[in-house]
Amino acid sequence: MAELRCGILSDVLLEIKHLKKSFGDTEVLRDLSLDVHTGEVIVVIGPSGCGKSTFLRCLNGLEKVQGGEIRLKGNLITGSKTDWQKVRQQIGMVFQSYDLFPNMTVLQNLTLGPVKVQKRSREEAAETARKLLARVGLAEKENAFPRELSGGQKQRAAIVRALILNPEIILFDEVTAALDPEMVREVLDVILELAKSGSTMVIVTHEMQFARAVADRVVFIDGGEIVETSPPEEFFTNPKTERARKFLNMFQFDKRKEEP
Amino acid sequence: MPDSGINILFEGTNFLRLLGGLWVTVRISVVSVLLSILFGIIVGMIMTVRNPVTKALTRVYLDFVRIMPQLVLLFIVYFGVTTAFNVNLSGEVSAVIVFTFWGTAEMGDLVRGALLSVPKHQYESGEAIGLSGLQIYRYIIIPQTVRRLIPLAINLTTRMIKTTSLVTLIGVIEVLKVGQQIIETSRFTYPSASLWIYAIVFFLYFLVCYPISRLAKGLEKKWQN
Repeated sequence: MAELRCGILSDVLLEIKHLKKSFGDTEVLRDLSLDVHTGEVIVVIGPSGCGKSTFLRCLNGLEKVQGGEIRLKGNLITGSKTDWQKVRQQIGMVFQSYDLFPNMTVLQNLTLGPVKVQKRSREEAAETARKLLARVGLAEKENAFPRELSGGQKQRAAIVRALILNPEIILFDEVTAALDPEMVREVLDVILELAKSGSTMVIVTHEMQFARAVADRVVFIDGGEIVETSPPEEFFTNPKTERARKFLNMFQFDKRKEEP
Repeated sequence: MPDSGINILFEGTNFLRLLGGLWVTVRISVVSVLLSILFGIIVGMIMTVRNPVTKALTRVYLDFVRIMPQLVLLFIVYFGVTTAFNVNLSGEVSAVIVFTFWGTAEMGDLVRGALLSVPKHQYESGEAIGLSGLQIYRYIIIPQTVRRLIPLAINLTTRMIKTTSLVTLIGVIEVLKVGQQIIETSRFTYPSASLWIYAIVFFLYFLVCYPISRLAKGLEKKWQN
């Protein structure tokens, strides 16, 4: 766990307690509790439809929760008076389908939030955007429109769009699931680099190798509840629960022929 | 008398009369198109509301307009409504009412399509960077909707302009009717007048519609994606 690895007990940044979410009669999240510490990288994995994406969407208010509470730095954000516009500047989110705004250039995509929401100056926002673009290898693309970029480039730009608001924590919702295999790497490398620089992140992914490399803790969700929380090595080599073992086995293939 | 039909254009004020007729056509079209766009945007927004009642009403409206020939609508308004309710509507006003009624439905459907074609994730991405609902519409949704909408709206405009030729049948003297009048008055002096006059009428429609249609194509190309 993060606090063990760092040797000190870091602050709890995001505190999730007994979260409940249902769509109509369907219960999607039953009773979900999790603490995310500052600087920690949590990877959430689980079978399709287990509620992991819904879980992320609850964290920045894209879905209303039916029970439980979420606290950001101690402040309750699941109340009815929550100013989501403020909260969302602190909780960034990157989506599977990148969703850059097609009517704007890359630079305009990035500066929209800082200028219109945070009221930062256009010059400062553009300068910061250029620095961040260079960091993800897109320095040449500031004036390109999204349609001129590859999937991997779009997703890297989308990550910068979240980063530029200086969020406390970034949520990644299966950000490589829509990408061609050869572009997955460039996006994951960006996230790995962010992890190394100390960003707090909650990542939903199906890339098991990546999960193992980037996570401080792996959270396994199945049937709308957390089944297991373990450090990555432990989770992938020796899962505690039968359900996690079954899930991980789906990624294994037996050899068709016996070794000679 | 040698029959060189083209001279008919220079007889008296014939050409000016044709242009006058064209002006009536353009006037009816422009007013109808502007009103259709205005009401169409409102109807289109209503069409996207998830409410079974508004959905059904707008659906019936659109289907009704599409099924009814415009000519029948013109007759209903010009002859039917005026006698039934004892109001006096000029042919031109009746025409504007009918074309606006029709255009609003078609435009509404285009607006609906354009609004729905913006993926849900565009709204969510806007929310995720902290934009307010109004800002999301202003910077993200409306620019994308307008781009999809303008070429389609322009095509609808040319269709409406062409269809205004029906208003002769409720006694409005527009370009086609002026052409017929000229042909009839000069039946004996210029037996081949109809060819020339209709060719000119064709050319006048072309003159109005072609630039508009080019504009639509140009914008479509420019805004691809």
